[in-house]
Amino acid sequence: MRRGHLIAALAAGGFCLLALAPFAWLVLTSFKTQLEVTAIPPTPWPGGSLEFYRSALSRYGLMHFVLNSLIVAGGTTACTLCLGVGAAYALARLRMPGRPWLMGALLLVSMFPQISLAGPIWRMLQAAGWLNTYQGLIIPYVTLTLPLAVWILTSYFSELPRELEEAAMLDGCGRLGALVRVILPLAGPGVFTAAILVFIYAWNEFFFALLIMTRRAVQTLPVGIALFQGQFTMPWGEIAAASTVATAPLVALVFIFQRRIVSGLSAGAVKG
Amino acid sequence: MALTATRRGERLLAWGLLLPCLAAVCAFAFWPIVYSFVLSLHRIVLGLPGLGEPFIGLGNYARLLADPTARSSAAVTLVFVAVSTLLEVALGTLMALALDKSFRGRGLVRAAVLVPWAIPTVVASQMWRFILNDRYGLLNWLLFGDQVASYRAWLAEPGWALAAIISADVWKTSAFAALIVLAGLQTIPREINEAAALDGAGPWQRFRHLTLPLVLPALAVALVFRTMDAFRVFDLVFVMTQGGPANATNVLQFYGYKKMFAEGFMGYGSAVSVMVFVMVLAVSLLYLRLVGRRLLRGEER
Repeated sequence: MRRGHLIAALAAGGFCLLALAPFAWLVLTSFKTQLEVTAIPPTPWPGGSLEFYRSALSRYGLMHFVLNSLIVAGGTTACTLCLGVGAAYALARLRMPGRPWLMGALLLVSMFPQISLAGPIWRMLQAAGWLNTYQGLIIPYVTLTLPLAVWILTSYFSELPRELEEAAMLDGCGRLGALVRVILPLAGPGVFTAAILVFIYAWNEFFFALLIMTRRAVQTLPVGIALFQGQFTMPWGEIAAASTVATAPLVALVFIFQRRIVSGLSAGAVKG
Repeated sequence: MALTATRRGERLLAWGLLLPCLAAVCAFAFWPIVYSFVLSLHRIVLGLPGLGEPFIGLGNYARLLADPTARSSAAVTLVFVAVSTLLEVALGTLMALALDKSFRGRGLVRAAVLVPWAIPTVVASQMWRFILNDRYGLLNWLLFGDQVASYRAWLAEPGWALAAIISADVWKTSAFAALIVLAGLQTIPREINEAAALDGAGPWQRFRHLTLPLVLPALAVALVFRTMDAFRVFDLVFVMTQGGPANATNVLQFYGYKKMFAEGFMGYGSAVSVMVFVMVLAVSLLYLRLVGRRLLRGEER
């Protein structure tokens, strides 16, 4: 038994190294100077320069990409949770005919290839004049994150004892009152987990952002990073700096909320 | 009487709460699927609105069948999906087995292997593109050191480019498969394993005859989720290779995007997108036949 644990620990260490080393290289690159980045063979350890961060901020407008991403990801998270909490409560608590069908239909949506939605959504947004607007991007994001949110929230709501709401309703709360005053605070961790996962999805999404946001002023971070172009050479240092900025909050989220993310992802997947 | 009134009120409330969610999903997920089929029956060129949008029946599909790029694109997609999914589930299972054991710092390790999953795919793509760079890349330096003459342009060779896209995807998403398998592993009571060990079963025997059969449903779920996601690969291709070299990495989602939005052939691109949808549907029906009964039973719970 002990030997098994040692092997597992060694293997886990190996997986950690594989997972972190490539990203660490990118972070190291972001602190180099232009000379160090284009040295052949590479300089492994940076002198510790902030040159690329400065240039990403001033010449590539990094801050406005960050701001757009915050608006879109924040807006998506808020809308998805508002719609998702209601739907999940109905599915978990109220007697619904055809409940398995509805859950299955939602699961189906999360499997649609984006390309099959892209043309129609683009045309609908064009007709509404919503290309290059925040709401134009938030709408498809909300649609695509709803299934995940509803699955997670439904599984959290189902675990709360029914007696809680019944007591609240005896005390004169309506159903909605019971949901808002009793269930939501207790399901807080579940709501928070769904929020983290939806936020990460919206922060990272690239395909729809690329189609819908063609004007620089409204582009999100992934689009900005994918389209970074230098005048003569690839601006690797600036890309590395912008990538570090885009990823640092996510890495922080993962290390702080590892347990929640793991339970959320497996609630969305395995309990189905 | 009062009881039926609350029942009815409850049902009304349930539909009221569900309606916004269902409306969004119908308008922006189910309807687009239908609409893209409608679009695929028309000739629509974005740059030339003067041509109108004439109905041409199955014309786009006839062109699609005769299009060698579309055919090679479908083949590349299938290779990508099959290889990356199998590798991810296999590697994910190994990761899950390692993470299931208890050791100090397990929480930190779990967070560390989740980092690739959380990184924006565009960032991961740029990262691998830089690591594989023909002059400044880390890989060339690790393999060849100072012998600059042996440095290779990995992303410029068809075979290596596809291998690179697959590796980047495996790096990024194996942890997701691992989480699902891990959740399955944790439903297995420890006592079973300990009893088998006392009866003299070796580690391999215990894995093969105890753990594997019990964790099979979780493996199937991981396989389904990873397969469906692999059909959607786009960011890696867009950033790392733009479908090249010589269409070696031109997966269908990228090809459809290029036709529709870069070249403006909305009708033809829609035909490509319908083909992708039909392929995904076919694969999911196949899975449903193979493993579906188990999954559905879980859902009814």
